[in-house]
Amino acid sequence: MRLRREEPDCGRVTCWGRARKMAARGGVEEMRSRVILGEFGVRNVHTTDFPGNYPGYDDAWDQAKFEQNFRVDVIHMDENTLEFDMVGIDAAIANAFRRILLAEVPTIAVEKVFVYNNTSIVQDEILAHRLGLIPIRADPRLFEYKNQDDEEGTEIDTLQFQLKIKCKQNPRAAKDSSDPNELYINHKVYSKHMTWVPLGNQADLFADADLRPVHDDILIAQLRPGQEIDVLMHCVKGIGKDHAKFSPVATASYRLLPEITLLQPIEGEAAETLKKCFSPGVIEIQNIKGKKVAKVANARMDTFSREIFRHDDLKNLVRLARVRDHYIFSVESTGILPPDVLMSEAIKVLIGKCRRFLDELDSNHMD
Amino acid sequence: MKANEKVTSDADPMWYLKYLNIYVGIPDVEESFNVTRPVSPHECRLRDMTYSAPITVDIEYTRGSQRIIRNALPIGRMPIMLRSSNCVLTGKTPAEFAKLNECPLDPGGYFIVKGVEKVILIQEQLSKNRIIVEADRKGTVGASVTSSTHEKKSRTNMIVKQGRFYLKHNTLSEDIPIAIIFKAMGVESDQEIVQMIGTEEHVMAAFAPSLEECQKAQIFTQMQALKYIGNKVRRQRMWGGPKKTKMEEARELLASTILTHVPVKEFNFRAKCIYTAVMVRRVILAQGENKVDDRDYYGNKRLELAGQLLSLLFEDLFKKFNSEMKKIADQVIPKQRAAQFDVVKHMRQDQITNGMVNAISTGNWSLKRFKMDRQGVTQVLSRLSYISALGMMTRISSQFEKTRKVSGPRSLQPSQWGMLCPSDTPEGEACGLVKNLALMTHITTDMEDGPIIKLASNLGVEDVNLLCGEELSYPNVFLVFLNGNILGVIRDHQKLVYTFRLMRRAGYINEFVSISTNLADRCVYISSDGGRLCRPYIIVKKQKPAVTNKHMEELAQGYRNFEDFLHEGLVEYLDVNEENDCNIALYEHTITKDTTHLEIEPFTLLGVCAGLIPYPHHNQSPRNTYQCAMGKQAMGTIGYNQRNRIDTLMYLLAYPQRPMVKTKTIELIEFEKLPAGQNATVAVMSYSGYDIEDALVLNKASLDRGFGRCLVYKNAKCTLKRYTNQTFDKVMGPMLDAATRKPIWRHEILDADGICSPGEKVENKQVLVNKSMPTVTQTPLEGSNVPQQPQYKDVPVTYKGATDSYIEKVMISSNAEDAFLIKMLLRQTRRPEIGDKFSSRHGQKGVCGLIVPQEDMPFCDTGICPDIIMNPHGFPSRMTVGKLIELLAGKAGVLDGRFHYGTAFGGSKVKDVCEDLIRHGYNYLGKDYVTSGITGEPLEAYIYFGPVYYQKLKHMVLDKMHARARGPRAVLTRQPTEGRSRDGGLRLGEMERDCLIGYGASMLLLERLMISSDAFEVDVCGQCGLLGYSGWCHYCKSSCHVSSLRIPYACKLLFQELQSMNIIPRLKLAKYNE
Repeated sequence: MRLRREEPDCGRVTCWGRARKMAARGGVEEMRSRVILGEFGVRNVHTTDFPGNYPGYDDAWDQAKFEQNFRVDVIHMDENTLEFDMVGIDAAIANAFRRILLAEVPTIAVEKVFVYNNTSIVQDEILAHRLGLIPIRADPRLFEYKNQDDEEGTEIDTLQFQLKIKCKQNPRAAKDSSDPNELYINHKVYSKHMTWVPLGNQADLFADADLRPVHDDILIAQLRPGQEIDVLMHCVKGIGKDHAKFSPVATASYRLLPEITLLQPIEGEAAETLKKCFSPGVIEIQNIKGKKVAKVANARMDTFSREIFRHDDLKNLVRLARVRDHYIFSVESTGILPPDVLMSEAIKVLIGKCRRFLDELDSNHMD
Repeated sequence: MKANEKVTSDADPMWYLKYLNIYVGIPDVEESFNVTRPVSPHECRLRDMTYSAPITVDIEYTRGSQRIIRNALPIGRMPIMLRSSNCVLTGKTPAEFAKLNECPLDPGGYFIVKGVEKVILIQEQLSKNRIIVEADRKGTVGASVTSSTHEKKSRTNMIVKQGRFYLKHNTLSEDIPIAIIFKAMGVESDQEIVQMIGTEEHVMAAFAPSLEECQKAQIFTQMQALKYIGNKVRRQRMWGGPKKTKMEEARELLASTILTHVPVKEFNFRAKCIYTAVMVRRVILAQGENKVDDRDYYGNKRLELAGQLLSLLFEDLFKKFNSEMKKIADQVIPKQRAAQFDVVKHMRQDQITNGMVNAISTGNWSLKRFKMDRQGVTQVLSRLSYISALGMMTRISSQFEKTRKVSGPRSLQPSQWGMLCPSDTPEGEACGLVKNLALMTHITTDMEDGPIIKLASNLGVEDVNLLCGEELSYPNVFLVFLNGNILGVIRDHQKLVYTFRLMRRAGYINEFVSISTNLADRCVYISSDGGRLCRPYIIVKKQKPAVTNKHMEELAQGYRNFEDFLHEGLVEYLDVNEENDCNIALYEHTITKDTTHLEIEPFTLLGVCAGLIPYPHHNQSPRNTYQCAMGKQAMGTIGYNQRNRIDTLMYLLAYPQRPMVKTKTIELIEFEKLPAGQNATVAVMSYSGYDIEDALVLNKASLDRGFGRCLVYKNAKCTLKRYTNQTFDKVMGPMLDAATRKPIWRHEILDADGICSPGEKVENKQVLVNKSMPTVTQTPLEGSNVPQQPQYKDVPVTYKGATDSYIEKVMISSNAEDAFLIKMLLRQTRRPEIGDKFSSRHGQKGVCGLIVPQEDMPFCDTGICPDIIMNPHGFPSRMTVGKLIELLAGKAGVLDGRFHYGTAFGGSKVKDVCEDLIRHGYNYLGKDYVTSGITGEPLEAYIYFGPVYYQKLKHMVLDKMHARARGPRAVLTRQPTEGRSRDGGLRLGEMERDCLIGYGASMLLLERLMISSDAFEVDVCGQCGLLGYSGWCHYCKSSCHVSSLRIPYACKLLFQELQSMNIIPRLKLAKYNE
């Protein structure tokens, strides 16, 4: 109805039409590449750039194009954490890396606990569970998976640790002391008390590989005088799918790169409010001709508190979006392997899977 | 408790026994003959003994002609309540508690009887000695009084029949017109009667018919009246004692049985007359304006505690003990003996001891004197969690029948505010009848009333016996009652009440004495009896609360304590009746010029269990009730001594946590030190379809890391007895396999001593203790004694359970009967599995529907995966907004590294909590942008995401799973057994049968109901129709018509049972194709 009323004004109609066409073009682009964060929900969540899905787009897989677009930038790396950007890849692949990191990169962990004596108050099963969760610094690549049927472990698939500790009264403690640290010796059992017992030729093999728990200060149990723990542990190689103790990462996850666009210039007081609606450092206020003008400085910093939607005057002036194919990966290692190694291991696992799949296809083809 | 039993004399005039004093010692145990040593409660628990102390008496008695005084003679043992004044635990420091293997947080208040912890529940009943005016079913108004004194208990009713007043009592076979009662009590003139009742026009009019009736009965004097009553007395007089005339009997009855609590000295009935008159007056006044009393009103209720119940029981047993002794004396003294009669030798201790122990362990309280026979007075203390034990201590059970479908006693009473928890009551039949105390409630104990009477008369109360009677109904005169007895009248009641309260605040009278005016009845009630509910309030003077910030600071610094507040008159206890007489402000800002008191904290209106719920004031009320029931099933920690206990069943959580969102109550009851639950990160979203009907989806990695892991402890017990023929049970070493010289599989875990060794894994049917018992345990008859080596048969204690257990510890001791006692503690560690039950603190229970690997879980920007995914459909119909706020506050708390409060009617404000979230870069609604772990793409909705305290409930699949293909059958019917414990079959019940009938699946029916159940081949004789046997009919003595068919065994059984009752069922057989 409204359209018809505006019909006489020819120029305006054409103008509007063009805008719409452009918007449509831009809309498709947006739909393809951005995830929009609305007030009540997220739009355009799914990847839609399948070949033939959009007219005028060639979405067929092209190695050259992929190589041109694909990019990995390491943002930050230290001993245990790694943050990097992975750009130009599909969600499924990025997610596969995350999933593999969590569940399929192998590590070494305590699997069997032989309790010779445990007079502490920690029950045998709980003690075993606690020991299992202690990360062991041992390169899993140097070990084989243990055969399920084998009772005894061998030097190629098993690491042996011993924990033998007894708590005593401290003879030199002050008489009136009530501090357990002073009164008793060995009353706290830490992971540092675990000692490696080489099997077979392991002593020579791993002479310089410092085999021990990653952290020395994990409290395993508390003892009181006369109590004793004497256990032998067998560590084997395993994957996180089987049990979380084998997971090499504390967590591995990603988020998409935030993108904040101001649809209109925002000035003055509104700029200040706008700044407050985002994480610190996201919006900067510039002074242009004595006017405060808001500018998106670093959208990456934003945590999407979506405060902007509480301001009715501002919420239509800003577009919150995330770049669909820009993954900000963060990998936190448990310390067994450095995170970059984990990442490359994960890629190897994926390659292995693909190869196996291809082999499977080939072999089926033969039939 | 002790005073009233002093002398027991006997037929022999010179002999007597007098109790000079009585003591209850501290709990001990007899080590060997006459050597005792103090015992700790924990030892009693472990060794299946009773935690009791000796009762000793000082007596004076005669032996022959001597008078002898003996001190400290034991007469029995009294079970001791833990942490009571005689318990070894009182006044001990936490370190000393630890030495005694006792938890300092344990509330005490229970008994240990034969190793079982027993609680005597608080009993609720109508208050004694109060006039209660109520309408019966037809709408006629009557008054009733249940009088109770130390000696007697009786109930007197005042009823109206056709406008006339009658007195109804158990001992009277007929209702007696009230005027006759008055006359029998010595008020012979009609005028005086009317004066006492009231001279207002309508009162006189209402009472006139009663006087006329008396006239009609031709009764004018006391003598006539007594004779009249004497004829109506139900005769159940005891033999013995001098014979009384009917009139004497009637007078005795009036003096001592009717309205027992009103004292009558030397047949001076004045006080009783006035009391009766007041009763009549109440009824008359109530008729006009329909002001009946409310039975459910808590001012009319008294709570009976363990001490009162025990004292009643003791008194009863003590009386029995004395009469027993008297009987013995009667029997023994007449006989001439060498030694003179000495009672001390005949004082048997076990009667009182056993009486007490049996009453507490069975819960049957039967006292002959009061015709009391109650069952279920005691319950086993539930030790599922700290909260369940604590909750049990506050439990009140009501005397009403559970089956009656009346709503009155069950519904919430306004007068219950602040005294009893409005949320904590069970669902189902006991709903509203079992209640729990609120946090600050105090139950009064009996007090001396002498000083109060004195004070009242000093304040101007005029003794009622000195008045003519008409003053009672003067409009400006108020009656003063003390514990249901009329004390007197007062002109200026306001001054009386005011001064009385001042005296109480100044500490001249006990703080638990209450005084209140009832303007409708124009009475002042003073109560000092036990069992009233009361709670402290801050006194408000001149619109300012008496407690100031300065006081609070001093309280925090420890310069003052609550007692000081009481003594200084800043705080006082009000009981329900007095509460009604006060104007109490809920908050400081609501104080007006009429306000007399200020509530200390509104959250204290809830009890212990409801106090755990964060933000309960945002929840729909039944949800809080559900949580109160569920908090008692949550696993966690039960006490600091939990690892030293050997309970029949104990559930512990491997890694219990303090809740992120706590309440003030949680701090007060120190739930944080003994928590029962874990803070789980919850995502409120739908996931996978395995979350319908409140099911939860759990994260596998969380379970791997110890979420919801629990320990289940069970025990196994074994006693080695000695028998009368000098034989005894033995424990044999493990049996060795002949070939391998190793123990056989069943005996694998046994040590050389034949008892399992700690740390071993036990499988189903393995032996824990290889006990053997002599085949002959009776003393052989004389003459047939064959001195032979006793034969033994194996009676091993075996482990039964679908899953393996580990032996935690073995205890070897002896029990109270000196039998060898072996207790073993078995342990299982369980990780949550599908079907295990979890619940938040908002009555939102759910079972685990699916366990999902971590990589499939959704994750937020910071990489956090939820531990639990909960379906959002749980919210709209339940309206548990408190849970939503708990999540929000928990999330903010986690980000800030602090605990938030969710205290009822207070707690952290949502607005502040949201501010915290924003500050940390989170959405203020608590909803996060979340990526799917399966596709790696973002989810279309923002997900409500954050920590909620979750409890693991004791219902676990492992304990419930059951299936059977073939298995045991009942002996009688040959049908499959019933129930999981007997490996029973799953019943195809009547309704299921109906379905199959309706569908017409006849072959399936046949298969289910007969072939798979109790099919039986019978031989039936076609001629006589009776059952034969192996092709031969015993009735027809032939086999020519016998054919064989399959019928249910139960059917065959029925035929035979009928035959045994002389009913012959005959089967008519026909060929199926005919």
